[in-house]
Amino acid sequence: MTVDETKTRYNIPVGPIHPALKEPIRLDLSIDGEEIVDVDVVVGQVHRGIEWLGMNRNNPIQNIYLAERVCGICNICHPFAYVMAVEQAMGITPPERAEYIRVIIAEMERIHSHLLWAGVAAHEIGFDSVFYLVWRVREEIMDLIEYVTGNRVTKAMFQIGGVRRDITEEQFPKIRQSLDYYKSLFDQLKTLFLDDKTIRMRTRNVGILKTEDALKLLTVGPTGRASGVPKDVRQDQPYSGYADLDVKAITPDMLTGTVVGDVYDRIIVRLLEVAQSIEIIEQCLEKMPPGPILAQPKTAVLLKTLTQAEGEGIGRAEAPRGEVVHYVRLEAGRETLSTWKIRAPTYVNLMSIPTILKGGQIADVPIAFASIDPCMSCTNRAIVVDSKTKNTSLLSYRELHELSVEKTKRLEAEFDS
Amino acid sequence: MELLSPEEIIDSFKTALRDSFIDAKIYQREVAVKKNKFRSLWVEVKKSAFRDAVEHICHLQQYPHLAIISSSDLGSEVELIYHFTIYYGHHLEELSLGLRVKLPKSDLKIPTITDIIPGAIFTERETQEMMGVEVDGIPDNRRLFLPEDFPQGVYPWRTDETGPKDMLRVLPGRQKKYDSG
Repeated sequence: MTVDETKTRYNIPVGPIHPALKEPIRLDLSIDGEEIVDVDVVVGQVHRGIEWLGMNRNNPIQNIYLAERVCGICNICHPFAYVMAVEQAMGITPPERAEYIRVIIAEMERIHSHLLWAGVAAHEIGFDSVFYLVWRVREEIMDLIEYVTGNRVTKAMFQIGGVRRDITEEQFPKIRQSLDYYKSLFDQLKTLFLDDKTIRMRTRNVGILKTEDALKLLTVGPTGRASGVPKDVRQDQPYSGYADLDVKAITPDMLTGTVVGDVYDRIIVRLLEVAQSIEIIEQCLEKMPPGPILAQPKTAVLLKTLTQAEGEGIGRAEAPRGEVVHYVRLEAGRETLSTWKIRAPTYVNLMSIPTILKGGQIADVPIAFASIDPCMSCTNRAIVVDSKTKNTSLLSYRELHELSVEKTKRLEAEFDS
Repeated sequence: MELLSPEEIIDSFKTALRDSFIDAKIYQREVAVKKNKFRSLWVEVKKSAFRDAVEHICHLQQYPHLAIISSSDLGSEVELIYHFTIYYGHHLEELSLGLRVKLPKSDLKIPTITDIIPGAIFTERETQEMMGVEVDGIPDNRRLFLPEDFPQGVYPWRTDETGPKDMLRVLPGRQKKYDSG
C-alpha cells in the first residue's frame, strides 16, 4: 500500500482480543482520516484442532459432545449437523418424534441467540438501557431451555439416531406460556429496534453488503438474507422436522419493501426470525408424533455398528448465524472418523467483512462488525500505527467504544437541533 | 432458471465433460412425517476437467454456493470434495452437490477457483496449509489458521510422514500412540 504524501494513512489492527466479540480475531484496518480504506481479516487465534481430535482421538459418539463445544452459543446446530452427517454415512434414520424435538430445541437456540445479539448490538452503539432490557427478556428463554434440557448452555440433547431426552405433554403448558410471553413482547421489541431514531441513525446505510457481493462472497444466514439472498436451509433443503413445515427465508423487503443490505436490515431479519421461531415451535408442539426418541437405544450396539460402517455423509443445519455444514466419512474397522470437516457460518461470513467495513468510519466498526454476529471473540485493545513515522499508540476497546458512543450522541444532538 | 432433477444434472455433467466424467451417485432419503425427499448428489471428475466441472455448475446456477472443501488422505492420493449447494431459494428444491477430485501424492496441485467464486479463498487457503495441496494461482498465499511459526512441510490432516506426529504431546503416564517418523 502506498502512502499518499498529502494525507496520512494509518493502520489500525483491531483485536485479537475485543470485548465486543465472543472469540479472538484480528482486523487490520487501513484508515484515511475517519474513513476505512482497506481491511484484512486475520483468524486462527482460537484454532483448537477439533476436527483433528475427531479424526484421531474420539469415537463418533464422543464427537457429538466435542461438536457441541465448537461454539458456546450454537451448541445445538453443530451436533445437529454432525449427527445428520453420521446418520447419512451409516444409514440410520431417527424416529419421527426425535426429529420434532430436534427442531424445537434448535429454534429455542435461535431465539436466545438473536436476543443475545440484539443486546450486544445495542451496547455497541452505546444504547445500554436496551442492552439490559433485552438480556433480561432473554432470561425467559434460557430458563425454558434449562426446563426442557436440564442445562442452560451445553444441552447434550443429541444422539446418533435420535435425541437423549423427550419433551413430554406435561411440559407443553410451560413452553406455551414462555412463547406467549415473547409474543406479547414482540410489538414492543419491534418498536424499540425499528422505530427508535437513535438506532435508525446508527444503523441505516451503515455497513452495506449488496446482493451480488453477498452471493459472490458466499454469505449465509441473516447477513446474507438481509442482503436479499433468500437462502435458508430450513426452506431450501428442509432437514429433520423442518421438512413437514413451511419455513420461508426472511428477507427485509417483507417488512419494508426494499433491500438495502445494511445493519438496519440485519436487525429486521433477526427480529422477524424470532417471531418465526416461536411459530415453528408452536407448530411442532401441535403436530408432534408419538413414538420412541432413539433408533438404537443401546450405545454399545450403536458404537459397534459405527465401527463397522463405511460411507460418507453431509449434514447441513441452519444455525442462528447461518448454515452449518459437517462432512463425515466413516471407514470400516476404524474407531474414529476418517474425515471430519466442519464449516461454521462465520467462516464464510468473515469474507464479507472487508466489503462491509470499506468506506465506513472507525466509529462504525463495532456495530458493523457485530452486525454479522461473528462467532469469534473480542477486542480490548487496538494498536494505532502511524505508517509514516512507525509510531505506535494504543487505542483501547474503551476508547473505540467511546468513539462509537460519541457518534450516537452527536447524531442525536444534530437530530434534536 | 430451469431446475433440473438430480438425474438430469448427472446427464448434463456427462454431456459437458465427456471422458473426464468418472462417476456419480444420488443419495435420497425420506424425512419426518410427510416423507419429503432429502437429496444429495456426488459427482467425481478427472483432475484435468476440474475447472470445467466448476464452470458447468455455474451454468446450472449463476452463483452456486460453495460450502467448504473437505480433504481426505487416502494413502497414495488425496481426495478433495468441493461441497456445493445449488438451487437455493426454492422450497424443497435445493441439492447438495459434492464435486469429488482425486490427486496423486506425487502431484498435489489443483487450480484455484477464486476467479469464478471469489468466496472460495478461505477454504483454499485452509486446504493448502492443512493438507499440503498446492492451489495454483491463489491470489492470497498466506496461511489462514496456522500460526506463522508452525513448521513448514507439516500438514495436520495428513496421515503419512508429513503429519504432525512428532508434535503431539504425550500426557504423563501415557504411552506414545504413534511411532515418530
